[in-house]
Amino acid sequence: MNPFAIAVVIGIAFGWTLERAGLGSAPKLAGQFYLTDLTVFKVMFSAIVTAMLGAFWLSRLGILDLSQVYIPETFLGPQLAGGLLFGVGFVVAGLCPGTSCVAAATGRGDGVMVMLGMFSGVLVTGLAFAPLRNFYESTARGSLTLTQLLRVPYGVVVCGIVAMALIAFQFAERLEKRA
Amino acid sequence: MSAPRRYADPYGAGVCLGLVLLAAYVFAGRGLGASGAFATSAAGVVAAASPSRAAANPYFARYLAGEGPWREWLLFEIAGVIAGGFLSALFARRLRAAVERGPGITSTSRLAYAFGGGAVMGVGAVLARGCTSGLALTGGALLSAGAWVFMIAAFAGAYAFAPFVKRAWR
Repeated sequence: MNPFAIAVVIGIAFGWTLERAGLGSAPKLAGQFYLTDLTVFKVMFSAIVTAMLGAFWLSRLGILDLSQVYIPETFLGPQLAGGLLFGVGFVVAGLCPGTSCVAAATGRGDGVMVMLGMFSGVLVTGLAFAPLRNFYESTARGSLTLTQLLRVPYGVVVCGIVAMALIAFQFAERLEKRA
Repeated sequence: MSAPRRYADPYGAGVCLGLVLLAAYVFAGRGLGASGAFATSAAGVVAAASPSRAAANPYFARYLAGEGPWREWLLFEIAGVIAGGFLSALFARRLRAAVERGPGITSTSRLAYAFGGGAVMGVGAVLARGCTSGLALTGGALLSAGAWVFMIAAFAGAYAFAPFVKRAWR
């Protein structure tokens, strides 16, 4: 099948799921950061746990060759600094890049503005890339995984994250009841 | 016109999203993404305005290699996201032209916040090489160390800054 056709189909399912969860609505997402509505956390972590368990078992069963899946590379410094900035932008915007597309597609003007802002931010940073390049390329660790970093077997990390997520979900429910 | 449907259960929606992500690993050999679509569009715009400048720019140049910036996988995926979001809202009766905002902020300020916040996210996503979808979700489930660093930093940044923009949301 044509890779672009696969991209469109996967994108439709992605956009559909985000919208169904309510993640096309900025005030709902912002609730995450005032602990009144933890939908962002719940959706994100149940998705991570599901895909993580799926990838683990499909590779164990020999159905998925993980060496053929692109693992995002690690650059510790830029990802720490970029993450902090991204988080600041996220709470101001109320939407992240993917959810801004859903908000815009459903008629929300704020979604369109987040998309325009995101585009401008990437454009300006790209144009002013020269002085950033050294930092951008720094602390490169290749496709380092938590398994390699912690020196424990794949299955142990997977179990650890599942356990953490289940505990965190309990906390999330309690926080929402309190709010 | 009847009322919009209720949102899906967040855990159920999360499991569905995880299965979509898993399908991307299996059928495309990569995960989901969003910021890359903005990056490749920016590269395409710069290349159209000034081909020599784009080619000399190490950040944009990589998007110009191969089939060019407008034939990038993530651009097609994001087109799908827009279509999927639209269709879901259509069937759930949630299509509505509006500016969504907190009670203490005008629509104009909200739009300015949206643009400004989007721009700051753009800077962060360039530095980090991804966003909530392409790095946190995709890399998080593959146990990429950088993805977890990014995710923890993004939540920390958002919680640390939340009190300063409380007026916009509460």
